[in-house]
Amino acid sequence: MKKLALSDEILLSIQQPACYIGNEMNVTIKDPAGKIRFCMCFPDSYQIGMSHLGMQILHAKFNSREDVYCERVFSPWMDLDPILRERKIPLFALESQDPVRDFDFLGITIQYEMCYTNILQILDLSGIPLHASDRGEEDPIVIGGGPCAYNPEPLAPFFDLFYIGEGETRYDALFDLYKEIRGNGGSREAFLLEAAKLPGIYGPGFYDVAYKEDGTIASFTPNREGIPEKIRKEIVVELDDAPYIENPIVPFIKVTQDRVVLEIQRGCIRGCRFCQAGNVYRPLREHGLQYLKDYAYKLLKNTGHDEISLSSLSSSDYTHLKELVTFLIEEFKGKGVNISLPSLRIDAFSLDVMGKVQDVKKSSLTFAPEAGSQRLRDVINKGLTEEVILKGAAEAFHGGWNRVKLYFMLGLPTETVEDMEGIALLSQKVAETYYDEVPKEQRQGKVQVVASSSFFVPKPFTPFQWARMCTKEEFLERAYIVRSKIREMKNAKSLKYNWHEADLSVLEGVMARGDRRVAVVLEEAYRQGAVFDSWGEYFNNDIWMKAFADCGVDPEFYTTRERDLDEIFPWDFIDAGVSKEFLKREWLQAVAEQVTPNCRERCSGCGARGFGGGVCYENQN
Amino acid sequence: MKIRIKFAKEGNMKFIGHLDVMRYFQKVMRKADVDIRYSEGFSPHQIMSFAAPLGVGITSRGEYVDIEVISTDSSKEMLRRMNEVAVEGIEFLNYRKLPDTAASAMSLVAAADYTVTFREGKEPEDWEAFAAGLAEFARGEQILVMKQTKKGEKETDIRPMIYSLTVDGQAVHMKIATGSAANLKPDVVIRAYMDSVGLALEEFALLVHRDEVYGSRGNKDQVELVALDQFGGDIE
Repeated sequence: MKKLALSDEILLSIQQPACYIGNEMNVTIKDPAGKIRFCMCFPDSYQIGMSHLGMQILHAKFNSREDVYCERVFSPWMDLDPILRERKIPLFALESQDPVRDFDFLGITIQYEMCYTNILQILDLSGIPLHASDRGEEDPIVIGGGPCAYNPEPLAPFFDLFYIGEGETRYDALFDLYKEIRGNGGSREAFLLEAAKLPGIYGPGFYDVAYKEDGTIASFTPNREGIPEKIRKEIVVELDDAPYIENPIVPFIKVTQDRVVLEIQRGCIRGCRFCQAGNVYRPLREHGLQYLKDYAYKLLKNTGHDEISLSSLSSSDYTHLKELVTFLIEEFKGKGVNISLPSLRIDAFSLDVMGKVQDVKKSSLTFAPEAGSQRLRDVINKGLTEEVILKGAAEAFHGGWNRVKLYFMLGLPTETVEDMEGIALLSQKVAETYYDEVPKEQRQGKVQVVASSSFFVPKPFTPFQWARMCTKEEFLERAYIVRSKIREMKNAKSLKYNWHEADLSVLEGVMARGDRRVAVVLEEAYRQGAVFDSWGEYFNNDIWMKAFADCGVDPEFYTTRERDLDEIFPWDFIDAGVSKEFLKREWLQAVAEQVTPNCRERCSGCGARGFGGGVCYENQN
Repeated sequence: MKIRIKFAKEGNMKFIGHLDVMRYFQKVMRKADVDIRYSEGFSPHQIMSFAAPLGVGITSRGEYVDIEVISTDSSKEMLRRMNEVAVEGIEFLNYRKLPDTAASAMSLVAAADYTVTFREGKEPEDWEAFAAGLAEFARGEQILVMKQTKKGEKETDIRPMIYSLTVDGQAVHMKIATGSAANLKPDVVIRAYMDSVGLALEEFALLVHRDEVYGSRGNKDQVELVALDQFGGDIE
């Protein structure tokens, strides 16, 4: 039996001992001797982290190397955190239960801004100095990756390296380099310097930032020879050539994504102007149908899961969707396997499919118009029209559904009161459609329309990176306008409206477009107790506001400030494929309320074509 | 076809709660290609029921789960397949076919054997005296303990629920009532004795291991305890 890092006494007095013992189905155990030891971290709870596909893909890929032993660590939950501190138990990896600080690498996937304090918690509990500049020869190389690495600057002091882009491509070179330099007695610094010259790798310590008097960036320059000025994101050009996971680790406890996840494509053709994923994952690349069929078999067999889900930004755009879904239903439905199909456009096909794979009475349909008026939907380049939504809703009501969810954003650029009230009007029209379309005797109770709005946070590498973000007060004011309009509607009793936490959105806005000067605030907030900020029960806005004040950093500089078209952004040193010229064009198009066709309709010359694959080269053999 | 599977849950698996073990077993069935029967209806589930849930922190080599299968290979082959996919700490011990009329393991459960030891450093100071006293105590006329019920506390005599208790070296072995009719936990017995001699039972002091679970055969007057795997036979 494996020796555990925590005693029985501790494990039996916390809520979820299963999160700290490893030993799950399909876990890889190796003899660590002579191997590069990589600890992969998702800085949130085990339940969230183990639901993440990308981490499982990389974890499996690293372990496919004989000379690497990749293990996992997650944020210890708040019942264990104080015990670790009090008893000075260093944070440990699940597989070997060895302290994280003894590893060669600590790789942290950074999926959302509100996990930043958890990154500091991980470092702190591991006994690794928070600042890269304080780390010594014995400390692991701390490397970050994931979507937030597209603006790593608020985290710059805490990381030795960042990996920009898709992880499948460059880690082999990084490991080889590590063996070459560290294996031959080279210093940590020597390794970092060479690593930062690899494509896709950013070593924040090798760059200097100078600021103008107005606080914006004057220059961002390498401070060592051979360090590149620009770092181009890494992508897998041919998805079917990259290894997928064959044996995902299956947790004992129920985690958020408790099913087989089949990634059908990466990227998106839609070009929604608020969407960071839709821009930074360009160009759209698809998996082949046969590849997905093979993996569906393998993964269901190897995990014993009873559910399979398709993952992509917009599944309806997948070329072979019908064949794939039909295959899944015919092959697995009779074997007790559920099929879940998120991010499908509502149309006759998807309703037919959903009718087959889910219990209509228990499920609701989701539309994401994102904005309440056609004018604003044009601004954000969201192709969905009212006609399409109402037609989809009507078909759904005929199919037996009577619950509809509508997702919106508030605080979008150029938003007016009319746009806000449009949310209420559209919700009302959906409700009305039910009563118009379904005869009284066929109705299964009342219709229920739930409209939710989140507050818009401008993100780097989107056309809205120039946009002014609303203040908390403005956000709430807008939510109240929607709420009171909803109450005026004829079918108000069938309409529900709720909105996202505004404080959190403001903070997310600071981190999303923050620069290196935000790091001190982050550290101060952590020191004062901020952690698990994405969890409502732990988020404490007062700590943050005090930290901003104490550090003399004005959050509004990062949120509500109007940005000049030529401003140097903290993330400009990254080449994400989409050019700044394209984003600028799109920003001006947005303000002019002009839509841009999707990638399959017409190429808009975003720059992603330069990667030499994907949708940019479709039908061009 | 009804099948009764006996398994061990040991080592670090003791930290995995009963509901999660159930979920895990469903995955094992699929992974090991057990041709298990599914219920009818819109969301079919595997026909599977456990004998007596094991508390978190307790190990066992006498756990049971009943399943229904459509077809099966030999017991030996099925055990091989299931053990091949099992995680460390779960071991499948036997796989036996039950008569079609067999009652479920859950409804049969009447008693269980436990081995209780003290965690290192938490042992009673004078073990000899403790052991002798405990054995004597368990043979007594009546053992009254306060039991928590929905309506509050209630005094109950647990003596009839103790079928045997012996001390062997550093281990206490007991056969006690388990199941829906009468259920006694091994730590309650130890605590009752310690209370009676003025000793305090520290939290986490006991290591509890379940050795076997029994069903009752026979009638009300002549109860015969039979290990649950004896209700079926191996498939050749």
